[in-house]
Amino acid sequence: MISRKIEILVGLFVAAGIAAFFMLAMSVSNMSSYSSGESYEIKARFDNIGGLKVRSPVSAGGVTIGRVSDIQYNSESYEAEVSMRIEAKYNKFPVDTAASILTSGLLGEQFIGFEPGAEDEFLQSGDVIDLTQSALVLEQIIGQFLYSMSDNDDTGDAE
Amino acid sequence: MNLLNRFIDRLQQTGAATIHSFRRLGRASVFLLEVISSCVSLFVRPMLVVKQLYSVGVQTLIIIVVAGLFVGMVMALQSYYALVDFGAEDSVGVMVALSLLRELGPVVTALLFAGRAGSALTAEIGLMKATEQLSGMEMMAVNPMQRIVAPRFMAGVISMPLLATIFSAVGVMGAYLVAVQLLGLDSGSFWSQPQNKVDLHLDLYNGIIKSVVFGVVATWIAVFEGYDCIPTSEGLGQATTRTVVHSSLAILFLDFVLTALMFAK
Repeated sequence: MISRKIEILVGLFVAAGIAAFFMLAMSVSNMSSYSSGESYEIKARFDNIGGLKVRSPVSAGGVTIGRVSDIQYNSESYEAEVSMRIEAKYNKFPVDTAASILTSGLLGEQFIGFEPGAEDEFLQSGDVIDLTQSALVLEQIIGQFLYSMSDNDDTGDAE
Repeated sequence: MNLLNRFIDRLQQTGAATIHSFRRLGRASVFLLEVISSCVSLFVRPMLVVKQLYSVGVQTLIIIVVAGLFVGMVMALQSYYALVDFGAEDSVGVMVALSLLRELGPVVTALLFAGRAGSALTAEIGLMKATEQLSGMEMMAVNPMQRIVAPRFMAGVISMPLLATIFSAVGVMGAYLVAVQLLGLDSGSFWSQPQNKVDLHLDLYNGIIKSVVFGVVATWIAVFEGYDCIPTSEGLGQATTRTVVHSSLAILFLDFVLTALMFAK
């Protein structure tokens, strides 16, 4: 028969493996940020979403309150349609809340920022946010900057 | 005329070697099917697997823990020196965690596993064959497939994912020791960056799937080489060498295939 010591060591080995898995799942991976509880869905339409991706965070005042769940292109209105799942405990956003696509840091990931409005009614599941601001695309900004520079030069010459 | 004869001899050698390797591949495939079907009998005698888990898993644990610790520490040091130029040294944690979970954990564990446990399996089964213990078992109507090969195969397949997760976890701890205790990075951003970037499904589960695949392949090669070896001391030595070489190559090749399937977009 197999000695008791071997069985105990094998048990310890398996337990250590499972413990390592949970340690990785809890403290290294994003499992803790998977919203375990209920959530509701809100949509927003943007002209340009830049580098926004599914599972990008949605934040209000810097706090992550949900994640982007789906991104579609609406070929009738020529806009990007972004669906977001917001945690159910954050259900007090006024209907005139503004959503804008922001960048964390200079070159960081993009996320959606909520800016609460002042209406008394709150956003319900399935509502669409009307006030949106598209992502800033660096190339466009540089292009506009150069354009306005050359404009200034022209007016300077004329004077 | 002489030249032509030598050319035809060469051709024959090449053909013989090709046929030989295909025959071995076929035997190995049939062997794998036999082993898997014999694994059913392990539900009657689970203690056989526990005993093998000890010699395959527990005794490999120490080399895995030490290797994981040092791999994590070295990775933290190297990525720190690379990232500090860009002011991105806070990303050391996420860099080490991603590399360990996706690649280094499964691959390095599998290579060490092939060297430590695989070679031992081949030598053990090969010696049993050379000393005619396997045919002795058959004489006593004990199926050596069910009694000897299947428990070892099963133990290898169970051990590999456990060892790989332990390797990654210890590696992250080692990186923490170097990055936070030695280099003085902020421990909050060391842990919070991976929590944002490392995905449970994409990274952690795929790493575990990889390690299971490597476990199947490495143990399969090890038990097959032992079972199929030429029953002499020289043949046994060759079989043990082949186990380590073939499983290492198979692991590295499969890692590329799996990575291309899992992470290519």
